[in-house]
Amino acid sequence: MAVLESRLDVRSSAYRENRERMLEALARLDELYGEAAQGGGEEAMARLRSRDKMPLRERISLVLDRDSPFLEISPLAAWRSNYAVGSGFIVGIGVIENTECVILGHDPSVRAGAFNQFNSKKLMRGLEIARQNRLPYVQFVESAGADLRGEGGRSDPEASIRREITHFAESGRLFYEITELSKLRIPTISVVFGASTAGGAYQPGMSDYNIFIKGQSRVALGGPPLVKMATGEDADYEDLAGADMHTRVSGLGDYLAQDELDGIRMCREVVAHLNWRKQGPGPTMPADDPIYDPEELLGIVNENLRVPFDMREVLARVADGSRFEEFKPLYGPTLVTGWTSISGYPIGVLGNNGPLMSESSEKGSQFIQLCNQIDVPMLFLHNITGFIVGTDFEHQGITKHGSKMINAVANSTVPHISIIVGASYGAGNYGMSGRAYETRFSYTWPTAKIAVMGPKQMAGVMTIVQRAAAERRGLEFDEAANDRRAEAAEFWAEERSKGLYATSRVADDGMIDPRDLRTVAAISLSACHSNKVEGTKEFGTWRM
Amino acid sequence: MADVAAIQPIRRLLIANRGEIARRIQRTAHEMGIDTVAVYADGDVSAPFVREADIAIALKGNLPAETYLDAAKVLKACGRTGADAVHPGYGFLSENASFARSVTRAGLRWIGPSSDAIAAVGDKLAAKALMEELGVPTLPALEVKEGSDLAAAARETGFPLLVKAAAGGGGRGMRIVQEGEDIAEAVASATRESLAAFGDGTVFLERWLTKPRHVEVQILGDNHGNVVYLFERECSIQRRHQKIIEEAPSPAVDAKMRARMGEAALTVARRIGYTSAGTVEFLLDGDDFWFLEVNTRLQVEHPVTEAITGLDMVREQIRIAEGEPLGYAQDDLSITGHAIEARLYAEDPSNDFLPAGGSVLEWQPDDTGSARFDSGIESGSDISVDFDAMIAKVIVTAPTRREAAARLARTLERTRLQGVTNNRDFLVATLREPAFLIGDTTTDFIERVNPGRRRKLSMSENHDALMAVTVYGQARRREGAKVLGNVPSGWRNSFMPPEAASFRVGDDETRVEYRSRRDGAFDVSIGDNDYRVTVLSQDADGVDMEVDGRRFYAAISQCADRWLLHGPGGDIELLELPRFPTGSHAAVAGALVAPMPGNVTSVQVANGDSVSQGQLLFTLEAMKMEHRITAQRSGIVSRILVEAGDQVDNGALLAVLEED
Repeated sequence: MAVLESRLDVRSSAYRENRERMLEALARLDELYGEAAQGGGEEAMARLRSRDKMPLRERISLVLDRDSPFLEISPLAAWRSNYAVGSGFIVGIGVIENTECVILGHDPSVRAGAFNQFNSKKLMRGLEIARQNRLPYVQFVESAGADLRGEGGRSDPEASIRREITHFAESGRLFYEITELSKLRIPTISVVFGASTAGGAYQPGMSDYNIFIKGQSRVALGGPPLVKMATGEDADYEDLAGADMHTRVSGLGDYLAQDELDGIRMCREVVAHLNWRKQGPGPTMPADDPIYDPEELLGIVNENLRVPFDMREVLARVADGSRFEEFKPLYGPTLVTGWTSISGYPIGVLGNNGPLMSESSEKGSQFIQLCNQIDVPMLFLHNITGFIVGTDFEHQGITKHGSKMINAVANSTVPHISIIVGASYGAGNYGMSGRAYETRFSYTWPTAKIAVMGPKQMAGVMTIVQRAAAERRGLEFDEAANDRRAEAAEFWAEERSKGLYATSRVADDGMIDPRDLRTVAAISLSACHSNKVEGTKEFGTWRM
Repeated sequence: MADVAAIQPIRRLLIANRGEIARRIQRTAHEMGIDTVAVYADGDVSAPFVREADIAIALKGNLPAETYLDAAKVLKACGRTGADAVHPGYGFLSENASFARSVTRAGLRWIGPSSDAIAAVGDKLAAKALMEELGVPTLPALEVKEGSDLAAAARETGFPLLVKAAAGGGGRGMRIVQEGEDIAEAVASATRESLAAFGDGTVFLERWLTKPRHVEVQILGDNHGNVVYLFERECSIQRRHQKIIEEAPSPAVDAKMRARMGEAALTVARRIGYTSAGTVEFLLDGDDFWFLEVNTRLQVEHPVTEAITGLDMVREQIRIAEGEPLGYAQDDLSITGHAIEARLYAEDPSNDFLPAGGSVLEWQPDDTGSARFDSGIESGSDISVDFDAMIAKVIVTAPTRREAAARLARTLERTRLQGVTNNRDFLVATLREPAFLIGDTTTDFIERVNPGRRRKLSMSENHDALMAVTVYGQARRREGAKVLGNVPSGWRNSFMPPEAASFRVGDDETRVEYRSRRDGAFDVSIGDNDYRVTVLSQDADGVDMEVDGRRFYAAISQCADRWLLHGPGGDIELLELPRFPTGSHAAVAGALVAPMPGNVTSVQVANGDSVSQGQLLFTLEAMKMEHRITAQRSGIVSRILVEAGDQVDNGALLAVLEED
């Protein structure tokens, strides 16, 4: 297989400038990770310790195999929201007794582990990762239940109710999905570190294995206050919901741990006996490092996404031995396609080197079918402003060809991994297997942007449309007011297009340091190979 | 020119011994073109001395009495293998006149003095009488007989006195009695011990000099009437009446004294027609010396004599047995340099030098100090409780005594010896004592000077070891990972707590925290100290690393939760504490563990008992000795895991003590 030749000039001012900006963005991320690691803050952490309880991050560190990696999913969820950065909840992929698992848990230091929209979304994503990739599911349960204050108690109740579109009647899906995992022969394990009452009781209730901790776990459909309200009974909390009771009397608990450390040890023992065998073929190619330094990934992308770059430069610093067998290099060059491997896992790569044209869309559709034919997962490297627009292009059938590529992406059954390297705008995002396309994993680079279109274009489009509307109605068009409106629209569109916004809304699996791309891809591919890796011949009808 | 016709070359030599001395004799025999035959007890079947012999014959059995002490079995092995000579080494049958006689009667050559010479001086009382007759000074000694008036005898010898087995050796059957102590009990127990060990209960009383030096003269005689002395050795550094550091020449002996003692030794040798190698032992105090005994065999400490004379004593013994004349006279011999030998023992200097059996997990003699190692072991060897607990003898020679001491101390320090409790630190401390260096060595040196028993690690040595073991363990775990083994160690994309491991060194517990860095180095924190660790290379044997601009290599191995490290600070053993304590291990605070494999003979406490520091809790019988397990501190016995009669392994948990 050919080795990519890099043309990146690491002495150029552009490279140095790009690198500086990227390092600034990474420093900002580090601040946010630091904030997330604080959970509910120092005071809440101290209170936890005073009760001989460990912070959630320590619990997770201890359940992992020593020195094994841990990929946290959506660590910056709920940034710029009314909730703590990270949303008081951790989801990740980690290795327990040489078995890759989805590990998730409530952070008791953040509002006693209460549920909110952000951490609910993370939890559901955790269940999805477990199901799609066949990863045993481990949950560290300790939750006060739903956050009854809504929006963190910071918002006007009338404004809230007007904004809300979710309803209790739609809730509870998580219990459905926990038992669905079990049905799919994916073991589910709960370690209950604290209170888990009302709906929360079903978290262990639906699990295959329950480890309760003496004097700490409290599991009941109703806690003492609810019991009092419902029946008048003055219930003793320990007798009603305690670990001793559940492991000796009710049988809801399977293992009685003496303390948190003991519970974590038991959790590892349970995973150790799962007899877990991955169903994918695993790595089959040499896993040598790229010949180019991954450190140089910091200087490839300009913060200004209009400055083009060659996606092969990224690939040269990620692929095993910087090898790449390019497919159709001369046809539809705005989409780079070809084969390589990462950490020994063979992959097909689709990378943007410009807007998707008819030829590149057709090429992409063909390539996706080829990957499915041979059961090879795909890596999508996004830097896409969209499918090309314009009369000539429509005549050539760009909508038809673009739809074809979306058809191929949507029906493809090999695992997809998406990396938003630069821009990911409009239907280009769909064609490149965006978040909504059952993409197994999607990650964002710190300077990346994801939106329906560029903010400037969006503001411009709005101006044109509104001017036309005013003309239709014979009204005078208020240019000044429009300018203000356009400026505001552009500002907010810009804010919403930032990668950090996408990551905070759990619209990706997290923002990654460009230098970690190879590692993140390796962990993701390894997770995918826990399930069968099978392509398909079945697609939607092609409009030829 | 020797009478060539009278010389009968030896072709196949049976060595009726084991361990280091068997190997040492093999070395010379092979150099001389002589095949060797090893005999072995069952437990020694895989020992180096058995493997390295040309022929090896099983003696079937484990105990000394049914193997190396069984003359009939040894003789049968001679017949079976066609051996034409027997070297007895030291100990076992080496001073058994009737065995020597049986060997010669069987038509084989005996590498040692004649059975008559052995008999003449083998009995200590008879030897003493002979000395008195020859005018060699002796200490007053009285044989204890049935109904002896012990008090009267004690008045005659004076206090303190020594109760000593006539057939004894190696400190067994010996008791020191101070004025006012019970002589009768000392006599009774020495008699019992001697009877058990040697089959002879005869004991006698003699004056015990409090500050004497133990100085012995090496003699050599051929079958042509030539006898010479190979100068003296001083072996005053003793514990439990057994030598641990020996040297030649003695710092207390000048040329005149050397000649006096040498002549005294030769007087005896000539009188009894001594042939082969022998040692005449004296006590030296100022300008006076007294005869102690004659050892009619090669001594453990013979290498120091070899070092200063340039002679191979085993070669001389074999030549003599073959009928060759010595070929040199007293005037041809001279002393070159100074040699010191240290004996490494599996024993616990902190616990009265009690023997400690177990496995030598790592053994790597230091090769930087040109030292001679005489050893019968290798990595993985068991130090059997049935035999001597000596691991090796380490001998260095240097132009001066001070240099020899420094080189030996360094060699011992750099030698890798791990897995079994041993006296190395104590030997090193002794060799560096100012009192030792000025030659102030008397037989009470250890009690008087009290050298350090255990080396105290510096913080830097301790931290280096912790870091080396941490990064090594990390690398092994990554290699063993069945999934995601390719991704960087401990990789995280968000902020998570560092990786951590906790270790115990001695009584101190230390937590090491570390994170891998993007450049492959590690940030390590130990307490308030932060380090940057770069692994230069690592493999299964150890790790080459740089810590804050300082490079070092540490050889590392692991045995369950014990980490055995050998780095610039010498040997360090760390116990890794379990990540998830389960309460069933010796790592429990207040755990009392068996110091060696043995038999629990009594349990002196019950559950819930309150005990004070030093209180006897258990007695354990091991290595034919009774060991007392006492409370290290006061507390309450919360668990007892053994009962009398139980067989326990080294490190087995016996009981748990909780603080009051």
